[in-house]
Amino acid sequence: MTKLQLLNTNHTLCFAKGFYRYRTRLNLASLATSPNLISGGYSSKTCIPSRLKFTCYATLSAVVKNHTSAFDGKEAALLVEELRVNFNTGRAKSYEWRISQLQNIAKMIDEKERCIAQALYQDLSKPELEAFIAEISNTKSSCMLAIKELKNWMAPETVKTSMTTFPSSAQIVSEPLGVVLVISAWNFPFLLSVEPVIGAIAAGNAVVLKPSEIAPATSSLLAKLFSEYLDNTTIRVIEGGVPETTALLDQRWDKIFFTGGARVGRIVMAAAAKNLTPVVLELGGKCPALVDSDVNLQVAARRIIAGKWGCNNGQACIGVDYVITTKDYASKLIDVLKTELKTFFGENPLESQDLSRIVNSFHFKRLESMLNENGIADKVVQGGQTSEDKLNISPTILLDVPEASSMMQEEIFGPILPVVTVQKIEDGFQVIRSKPKPLAAYLFTDNKELQKQFVQDVSAGGISINDTVVHVTVKDLPFGGVGESGLGAYHGKFSYETFSHKKGVLYRSFAGDSDLRYPPYTPKKKMVLKALLSSDIFGAILAFFGFSKDS
Amino acid sequence: MEDMKETVEQSLREMRETFASGRTRSVKWRKTQLRAIIEMVKDNEDKMCDVLFQDLGKHSTEAFRDELGFVIRSATTALDCLDKWVVPRKSNLPLLFYPAKGKVISEPYGTVLVMSSWNFPISLSLDPLIGAISGGNTVLLKSSELSPNASAFLAKTIPSYLDNKAIKVIEGGPDVATILLQQQWDKIFFTGSPKIGRIILAAAAEHLTPVTLELGGKCPTIVDHHSVSKDMKSVVKRISGGKWGSCSGQACISVDYVLVEQSFASPLIEMLKTTVKSFFGDNPKESGCLSKIVSKKHFQRLARLLNDPGVKASIVYGGSMDEDKLFVEPTILLDPPLDSEIMNEEIFGPILPIITLRDIQESIGFIKSKPKPLAIYAFTKDENLKTRILSETSSGSVTFNDVMIQYMCDALPFGGVGESGIGRYHGKYSFECFSHEKAIMEGSLAMDLEARYPPWNSFKLAFIRLAFREAYFKLVLLMLGLIKVRDQ
Repeated sequence: MTKLQLLNTNHTLCFAKGFYRYRTRLNLASLATSPNLISGGYSSKTCIPSRLKFTCYATLSAVVKNHTSAFDGKEAALLVEELRVNFNTGRAKSYEWRISQLQNIAKMIDEKERCIAQALYQDLSKPELEAFIAEISNTKSSCMLAIKELKNWMAPETVKTSMTTFPSSAQIVSEPLGVVLVISAWNFPFLLSVEPVIGAIAAGNAVVLKPSEIAPATSSLLAKLFSEYLDNTTIRVIEGGVPETTALLDQRWDKIFFTGGARVGRIVMAAAAKNLTPVVLELGGKCPALVDSDVNLQVAARRIIAGKWGCNNGQACIGVDYVITTKDYASKLIDVLKTELKTFFGENPLESQDLSRIVNSFHFKRLESMLNENGIADKVVQGGQTSEDKLNISPTILLDVPEASSMMQEEIFGPILPVVTVQKIEDGFQVIRSKPKPLAAYLFTDNKELQKQFVQDVSAGGISINDTVVHVTVKDLPFGGVGESGLGAYHGKFSYETFSHKKGVLYRSFAGDSDLRYPPYTPKKKMVLKALLSSDIFGAILAFFGFSKDS
Repeated sequence: MEDMKETVEQSLREMRETFASGRTRSVKWRKTQLRAIIEMVKDNEDKMCDVLFQDLGKHSTEAFRDELGFVIRSATTALDCLDKWVVPRKSNLPLLFYPAKGKVISEPYGTVLVMSSWNFPISLSLDPLIGAISGGNTVLLKSSELSPNASAFLAKTIPSYLDNKAIKVIEGGPDVATILLQQQWDKIFFTGSPKIGRIILAAAAEHLTPVTLELGGKCPTIVDHHSVSKDMKSVVKRISGGKWGSCSGQACISVDYVLVEQSFASPLIEMLKTTVKSFFGDNPKESGCLSKIVSKKHFQRLARLLNDPGVKASIVYGGSMDEDKLFVEPTILLDPPLDSEIMNEEIFGPILPIITLRDIQESIGFIKSKPKPLAIYAFTKDENLKTRILSETSSGSVTFNDVMIQYMCDALPFGGVGESGIGRYHGKYSFECFSHEKAIMEGSLAMDLEARYPPWNSFKLAFIRLAFREAYFKLVLLMLGLIKVRDQ
């Protein structure tokens, strides 16, 4: 083991132990003083309980180094206090404020498109068009949707009341939660920062954004752009790594929205528990793609490639993690994947401009060690080349790797695609269900019956049939995980709702007050109540006049 | 306790097996269980009223209104609406995605834990259970040990009415709760105090379990006497009913304190006194219409609150207590010290502080200075004040000109915010509370857009730009080569 690996193993262990020992009061203070506790740990082949193994690496710090932090608990407290005071002035609640901030975000995206694309290139070598599709355009269209729909979203919903509360009328009113914290991830550092902020602003909250320090160019760009374009009395960016995050998590928030790995997700939720803060956790998981043997192979292969390598080179929480197909069909599928890979990325993918790189050397080593595990090398059927100085790994396909390998136990989060074979396609369901619930599950088939069964039997955050990833761009669908892949959902109106409290409002009049409800209690009152509660008007009238239907 | 651990693990295994069998997902199974709940309540009406009387001294009418009748109503609503709730919701997809279809389906979480509370031990157990069953989950219910008779009744009766491989009851106190929280659940639904709520949330974090917390808080009642002077009789009745008529104030949505202008405080108090007398007679202890305090511990807590010298001096009505009978008389306080314990913790008992203000508009600031309550009640016809309350304060719910009745309105979500809880239920919201909304997109392999895929070029960029703007006409022009790539 290299020194780095050893260090990480120790810290992972240390973390895991700590986690179990201090289950209900996670020791955040200790996390602050030794940042490597969260930052470390990919060699999970040690004695970590299996459910901790699934980690989306999106927010784990890569570099194990000692931080000297300028932003500590005291400053975090001051920040939250200031934002709370500003929130309490009620300004952020107004429609005008919200719309003006949203318009400023749209303007910011329009005007700074180039800078954003450049920052994404610096952090991830993200191809311009990919950056544009996956991040810039996507964020912009979310923002435009919020601007267009905000009035509708904010309108109170009138609901029908029943006889039990007659005469009355009722409404559900959305109100902002208050001061919220958004912690985002490095893999889509712009989208995953701005999209939740759009929801928080649309709902009228004051918001602090903590972008990921692992995408430093985008992080500092966001800090700069937000202070330039948005209202700084209620919208802030705090840059930093683990110590800053810890200082932030120590404060009382009205909501915490976190995108990242399940392990840090647990820390966030435990920290939130102290203040009864509701959380949204957008985590990851091993998203499977099940490929039936009757499909249009070329289109299926292209969509798998788009959802694997075309999606930040596999570093996406909804990217295809592994493929399941039947034994007979695997070689055909792999052949087409190979051909299409060539059309997409050329003969030498390490040189391709159309692929993102691995985010940093920590993750490069993590992926490399996956490939170097025993019994893996001879399973490689495509790719496998690495280039450490460029932080590149060529699109790699493996056939039937051992189930116990870390590639099949952890979220891969990189350009490696294992293909798992099963006897019958239905056996694939069992493979998926034997693992924690993923954020997305994909199925390629024209068989309607199989589609139906898949939709019903496979539990996942979302499902796409005959395609990958695109369901996420549909604003009318909630995006969020279940079980190990997260809790809560957002996008479109769901973002607005995620950052709102739904307040039930009942308007009553004084007309028709009956003594039924009040003591002293008599048998007659009970009888009338009984009829009323079952919405039995006739029975209620009878009982009121002293008749019983039963008698 | 080792035995208990084994029992819990065994139950959990069995429930997971049942869930995996897929039985609980069928609408038929859910409906059968819901019908069985109604049948159970109807069959055991007298028995249920008995246990509620034993545990809390609840009058059977009160028991029927707040618990049995409520549960029957809730189960009937679920039964009537279930077919509608389970239908997948269609989503609109952009034209570009044609011929794909989008929908959202509700799927059960799996095996869920419901921890209920002692103040409404039947309804706060069965109502969440109705939601969990509607959602198609297997459920373990932990009833509260502080209402032992109701708890024993549920543990004995539920298995004989409901599918006992899918729905289980475990009795016990904090030690059992601890064992339960060590297990992995797919959802936890808890009714109780913020203190325990924090423990639940922290325990749930370990397994990333979603949690609904139904907590409480100090629910204020604003009396704007200027605008409701004509209806003062109803106002006072409703306040008294909401304070003393429902489990003696031991309810999370009961009136905690009243805010009123100084000038109107004494007339209000006089009217409250008269109403208390008309409700409970001259000797409320013997009226049979007032619930008792649930336990010695809670009785002593209330005694401690009242025995604070500043608080004691503020008593304007009642104040007598009988520890043997766990009885606390309906008590009214006028302006107890604002820093006293009684004004800073949820009272959860038959003591009503009246806080006077110079101007009723100050009530907004007063409420905002405290943690967010589960409910705010306001008696007012002043539209301006109504708007201010709605837009400036935050609470689980707001009810104008009445108290507590929002609980009965199943079209409204019931749940807190901030200190008063997380999540919501009742009616359709109960179903949603116990369901995961799974987003589905059904595409076809028949049509494919080249512009989605690398290698990237400026034509593709132009195409995608237009696609995101949903500018389909320009898109067609672009594809026909009628506009230049750079024009975008």
